[in-house]
Amino acid sequence: MNRWLLWLPLVLFGLFFAAVATGLIMPKDNIIESKMVGKPMPDFSLPAAIEQRPALSSADLVKGKPTLLNIFASWCLPCIAEAPQLLELQRAGVEINAIASRDTPEDIANFLNRWGNPYARIGSDTTSRVQLELGSSGVPETFVIDGKGIIVYQHIGDIRAEDVPKILKLLEDAK
Amino acid sequence: MKRFLALLLMWVAAPTAAQTGLPPAPYADRQLADPQQEAAARDLMDELRCLKCQSQSIADSNAPMAGDMRSQVRERIAAGETPEEVRSWLIERYGNWVSYNPPIASAVTWPLWIAPILLLFAALWLARGRFGKTRDDE
Repeated sequence: MNRWLLWLPLVLFGLFFAAVATGLIMPKDNIIESKMVGKPMPDFSLPAAIEQRPALSSADLVKGKPTLLNIFASWCLPCIAEAPQLLELQRAGVEINAIASRDTPEDIANFLNRWGNPYARIGSDTTSRVQLELGSSGVPETFVIDGKGIIVYQHIGDIRAEDVPKILKLLEDAK
Repeated sequence: MKRFLALLLMWVAAPTAAQTGLPPAPYADRQLADPQQEAAARDLMDELRCLKCQSQSIADSNAPMAGDMRSQVRERIAAGETPEEVRSWLIERYGNWVSYNPPIASAVTWPLWIAPILLLFAALWLARGRFGKTRDDE
């Protein structure tokens, strides 16, 4: 028995080595999903981010039909990348509301002039208060909300062209 | 050469514009007036994980998001919430992940507490022959 026990440290080292090597070769994905999925939209009320669009409160997200809530910022590059997809969704008849994260009215207006404005309402969240309420950890993020105001899905990162059918299906299922 | 220098300067200046032009949240870097509340808020901030730079606590991190979280922690504690209430408010939204003080009674995090104790016992067991009386077989 002792003869086999001799190998134990080597086996342990092998396991340790394997664990460390996996961590190096495949870094863990650090996406933090919101635990608010499946729960009602938390109460909030944000002032209007730009003059051309009304302010946003949680009551505006209980519409009797599914909507999207997009969190974006003028200083966020992937937000530019997802702009065409949001416009496409808007053209498909989806109501998209937005929270502008840590942003100024001028910057938001410039951003929307340049990349298009798919939003019905835009609330300005200058201190990430509502973002924290939502369990969101960055921009861009998009929440699918059903007609009763329940969060059914959180899309982390920019919406790519290939994500659009999935989002449309989620909206359809949430009806 | 001048143009090159100008380009070089622009490159240096870019990161400052990369995130946000807004001033930080009100209590991101300002202490609370009540020293006891400030101490409680600080202790909690050391145990909350930054969502952006995930190996740092929000007390350590310079990310704007961490500043916003610090401000939230201070505002909530100033409003009379206990640190544990603030912690559970965040855990409700981000999961146990956000706290550097994981619960013992959780299916995922209990090994963090038990493993060191088990390892200690394993070490004692391995070293058991070296304690006590001098060995006869030498």
